[in-house]
Amino acid sequence: MPDGSLLHPPAPPLRTAPRAARPGPLLQDLAQRALILALLALAWEGYGRWVDNDLIFPTFTGTLAALARVTASGELPARVLGSLRVLGISYAIGLAVAALLVGLAVASRFGSALLSTLTAMFNPLPAIALLPLALLWFGLGTPSLVFVVRHSVLWAVALNAHAGVRAIPPTLRKVGENLGLRGLRLAAFILAPAALPAIISGLRIGWAFAWRTLIAAELVFGATSRSSGVGWFIAEHRNNLEIPEVFAGLLVVVGIGLLVEGVVFRGLEARTVRRWGLQRQ
Amino acid sequence: MAPVLEFRDLTLRYHTERGAMVACEGVNLSLREGERLILLGPSGCGKSSLLAAAGGFLMPAAGQVLLDGVPVRGPGQDRMTVFQEFDQLLPWKRVRANVAYPLRLAGRSRAEAEGRAEVLIGKVGLRGFEEAFPHTLSGGMKMRVAIARALAAAPRVLLMDEPFAALDALTRRRMQEELLRLWGELRFTLIFVTHSIEEAVLLGSRVAVLSAHPGRLRAEHAVPAGADDAERARLGALLRGQLLPTGPDAVLADA
Repeated sequence: MPDGSLLHPPAPPLRTAPRAARPGPLLQDLAQRALILALLALAWEGYGRWVDNDLIFPTFTGTLAALARVTASGELPARVLGSLRVLGISYAIGLAVAALLVGLAVASRFGSALLSTLTAMFNPLPAIALLPLALLWFGLGTPSLVFVVRHSVLWAVALNAHAGVRAIPPTLRKVGENLGLRGLRLAAFILAPAALPAIISGLRIGWAFAWRTLIAAELVFGATSRSSGVGWFIAEHRNNLEIPEVFAGLLVVVGIGLLVEGVVFRGLEARTVRRWGLQRQ
Repeated sequence: MAPVLEFRDLTLRYHTERGAMVACEGVNLSLREGERLILLGPSGCGKSSLLAAAGGFLMPAAGQVLLDGVPVRGPGQDRMTVFQEFDQLLPWKRVRANVAYPLRLAGRSRAEAEGRAEVLIGKVGLRGFEEAFPHTLSGGMKMRVAIARALAAAPRVLLMDEPFAALDALTRRRMQEELLRLWGELRFTLIFVTHSIEEAVLLGSRVAVLSAHPGRLRAEHAVPAGADDAERARLGALLRGQLLPTGPDAVLADA
């Protein structure tokens, strides 16, 4: 045996992970975004004043006033909650079915072929195209919306998750088997976290599809559904020629989209895949 | 003493797009408690396949792999493999949790598993890195964590598949010495696959020489316990003689 001095070499240089994101670039990024938003608002206000016709293009301040009005009256918050409720139900169902299909695909060759075929068929089909059929099958109401929105979530999530599972390095799978994990436990403890970057991007695409599809469906058929959401709010005020309210509704649709993307998904990524080094910033 | 692990008339085949290939044929080898068996040979001699068979990842086409006299049926914590790839750690677990994981899965309490993990992390020289995520570690450090994790399971046999091949020469040298030191402390039973004659005579207590196409056991050599550099060099020359004249396929990467 060689002597101890050789055996205990100086510790390698510290390369610990930064525990918190460095504030510099983040703040800079935020400031940049705020500046862009401010410029957009300014341009909007200027153009609105120049057009000077609330029926065509209301000003930014006019839109904000309308937003405050419909928020205070409780009309808009109720519509937003209605939309989010339908979205939540559809998203949950879509995820559950996607998990089932991906599970089958991981477990068997037939399941894999089934999922590939189904996603190849249905992924290119715009979910909104199913709305007329859904209305025929489920009638005018929430179930039709749920059916259509669920369709838009399901294939995006399943496609991404399946691709993510297939891209897992074989060594990692072997490590799991070596530790004694099989079947469902292997899937839950090894495959799912290893495929998380792809799963999150699937969730993200699924969310964007779902939100768009829902608003579109409400715009068209929301009036007949009992729980009419933001889409119907927009359509209704357009019919009454209350254009500042229409703009306020659109602003809220964009705002919710940004909020979910920026807070929910970015937060999820920062706590998981970016922290684990599975995804670069 | 009964062997811990035994290859009995073992023939292994693996399937490729061109059909079934014979990895090795009629291999008889047995491993006793505390031995460090090196599987040495050129690429294509089936040494990694033998290791995979011991790990339970590859089932015999003929013959048997016996662990304590019982045929191996699949992977398990009683035979822990240290792979060559750096990405064998679970990226979502910190170093401590990675090393403790085998014990957690075996049903030990968190406190016990993490206590044991910390001892082993210290033994592989990574004290202070318990909280680090694997992606922040260098290749050599990841390998140390993988070794600590494998030892945490307290396997009957530790299986290492060219674990140091992807490391730079200096780190490799250091890891070889650390592995010997660890063995001195813990006396585990080891099968170590390599194509480096130097590594074989340095690390082994016994060296099994394999030839390629198909993989067969060619010779076995014991390495005396207190062998000095001159003895190792002589054995190295002998091994070189056995490996090289078998044809162009047998030329070793680093010989």
